[in-house]
Amino acid sequence: MGKNKDRRGARKILLMGNPNVGKSAVFSRLTGARVIISNYPGTTVEFMQGYMKIGTERPIVIDVPGSYSLHPTSRAEEVAVKMLEQGDLVINIVDATNLERNLYLTLELLQRHIPVIVALNMWDDTAHRGINIDVQRLEEILSVPVVPTCGLTGEGIRQLIERIPEARAPKKPPCSAEKCWDEIGLIISEVQKLTHRHHTFLERLEDLSIKPFWSLLVGALVVFFSFWLIRFFGEGLINGVFEPLFRGAWLPLMYKLSAFLGGAGLMHHILVGELINGEIDFGISFGLLTTGLYVPLGMILPYIFSFYLILGLWEDSGYLPRFAVMTDNLMHHMGLHGFAIIPIILGLGCNVPGALATRILEGRREKFIAATLMAIAVPCMAQIAMIVGLVGERGGQFLGIIFATLFLVFVVKGLLLNKILKGKSPEILVEIPPYRLPQLLAVLKKLSMRLSSFLKEALPYVLIGILFVNILHALNVIDFLARLFSPVLQNIWGLPKEAISALLVGFLRKDVAIGMLGPLNLTTKQLVIGCTVLAIYFPCVATFMVLLRELGAKDMFKSAALMVVTAVVVGGLLNLILQF
Amino acid sequence: MLVDLTEMKAGESGTVVSLEGGRGLVLRLQNLGIRPGKRITKVSAHFWRGPITVRVGGPNLALGFGVASKVMVEVDRKRHG
Repeated sequence: MGKNKDRRGARKILLMGNPNVGKSAVFSRLTGARVIISNYPGTTVEFMQGYMKIGTERPIVIDVPGSYSLHPTSRAEEVAVKMLEQGDLVINIVDATNLERNLYLTLELLQRHIPVIVALNMWDDTAHRGINIDVQRLEEILSVPVVPTCGLTGEGIRQLIERIPEARAPKKPPCSAEKCWDEIGLIISEVQKLTHRHHTFLERLEDLSIKPFWSLLVGALVVFFSFWLIRFFGEGLINGVFEPLFRGAWLPLMYKLSAFLGGAGLMHHILVGELINGEIDFGISFGLLTTGLYVPLGMILPYIFSFYLILGLWEDSGYLPRFAVMTDNLMHHMGLHGFAIIPIILGLGCNVPGALATRILEGRREKFIAATLMAIAVPCMAQIAMIVGLVGERGGQFLGIIFATLFLVFVVKGLLLNKILKGKSPEILVEIPPYRLPQLLAVLKKLSMRLSSFLKEALPYVLIGILFVNILHALNVIDFLARLFSPVLQNIWGLPKEAISALLVGFLRKDVAIGMLGPLNLTTKQLVIGCTVLAIYFPCVATFMVLLRELGAKDMFKSAALMVVTAVVVGGLLNLILQF
Repeated sequence: MLVDLTEMKAGESGTVVSLEGGRGLVLRLQNLGIRPGKRITKVSAHFWRGPITVRVGGPNLALGFGVASKVMVEVDRKRHG
């Protein structure tokens, strides 16, 4: 069959379609793979692959980022077009509630020399929207199989798989954009009937949240309520579950281990850490089994859980793109458009997916601005949890100072970059998907994927970070660096020179770095400056690698220089201004 | 009456007459369903030359102010008022 087979000879099946038509949902139904599915265009910016079963065959299925046409207008669409050259068969996922617009890509695909089968997805939504499609007739006109499906519930997926062998390449003659649209108009008039129906409650709400005044009010309420919920769940989990677990069950074990190791020595130092006045302190002892487990599990995990729970609701309900439209005005002055808020919000969870999501932006200029702003001014949830844990006990107003400073840096930096950088950023032009009621099971599944990726990817780094600190201390490297950097640390930021160890570890993990400020006995002012500087000065290694790949070495170097300069300036200003 | 999208009032409907932008912009607008001959309803306009939201057939679309000024619409206006 196809010429492009991988070493094992498996065929490549591509899932292609417009953004936000449910490709990822169908993908996960076909392959059983766990992928992130949300209700906004551009959820998938990287291609995903998995295996499915057709009889005895095990073809590779590739979830291609959404594209409106084969003439790419963004990086994600470029990826889609490139993938097409390597495929053996296309499952064209079409949004049945939006047939006309979706058929353009379908026609373009039918002109290629590749077999196509069409899945009329979101079929369950057509009835209550008063849309009636003659599937039989559509199939005759397109001369490829057309199967109604619903990716979310799995309806029609079996029929889709059964009919894959019938996929064919009609090799239609190419047409100009205008001719294609004329042809689509004719097809639509023949296969689709619309009946009038009343607006549903969700549709009324839909209009409200994109009206200027109401959208601001709704936005403020949703943001406030979301933060309240994140704190409520986060603190609830810490006080109700993790604190009792660590204090009640784990601490006695650690005391036994400490006694067994003789209360001192290298092994004791690495595993249990330092005893503070003869006691183990989970926050500042800095052993692998004490602080190393307590920080990621006892302090961070509860907030990661509650953040991603709420983010899942934002994503699946369809509120996220509306929020993006609301912020468009402000973002426009920062050289971005409203949709750039999506990588920023994802960055609040973890900067890595945030950096990846900058791919939904069109050009190099706005990718640079968005990525730099995120890396400088958007602390990830792990870092936020640590700051809240460490600074919160000195008083809520100090948390306010840190986050207000970061927000100010975000806005000012954005305005400056927009002035300095040559060129103009494109304006917003996006689809706002309809509201959907988030499905509990889907939200929980996405949450569990994100939690397990935190445990798999972050936990080892935290442990390595803490091990690294202990080794550096043992080798006296820290003292040397502390002397080297003491001018900046002491004279500009007003921090003790030992804080260099936190900056050093911050390259690896920002949360551990914040935690390292704990044992230094800092004043509240020093703590505020330390946390702010740590958030700004450089991305952690995982984010750095993704940014390097996304921006290229030259832009990454510029971006990093901006971060260091900003950290020096902002930390210095805080040191001058703050009086407590 | 022929106006561009920014000059329409929220709630007004009309028929798209032409797209004035460059080739790339016209393609993107077409892909999202904004094409000559299509019925269009303006849903809202945000403050200070902010984005404009419209409905064309299916879902809502958001367009920046500059983009919206490139979409020419023959608007249905009632005689009175």
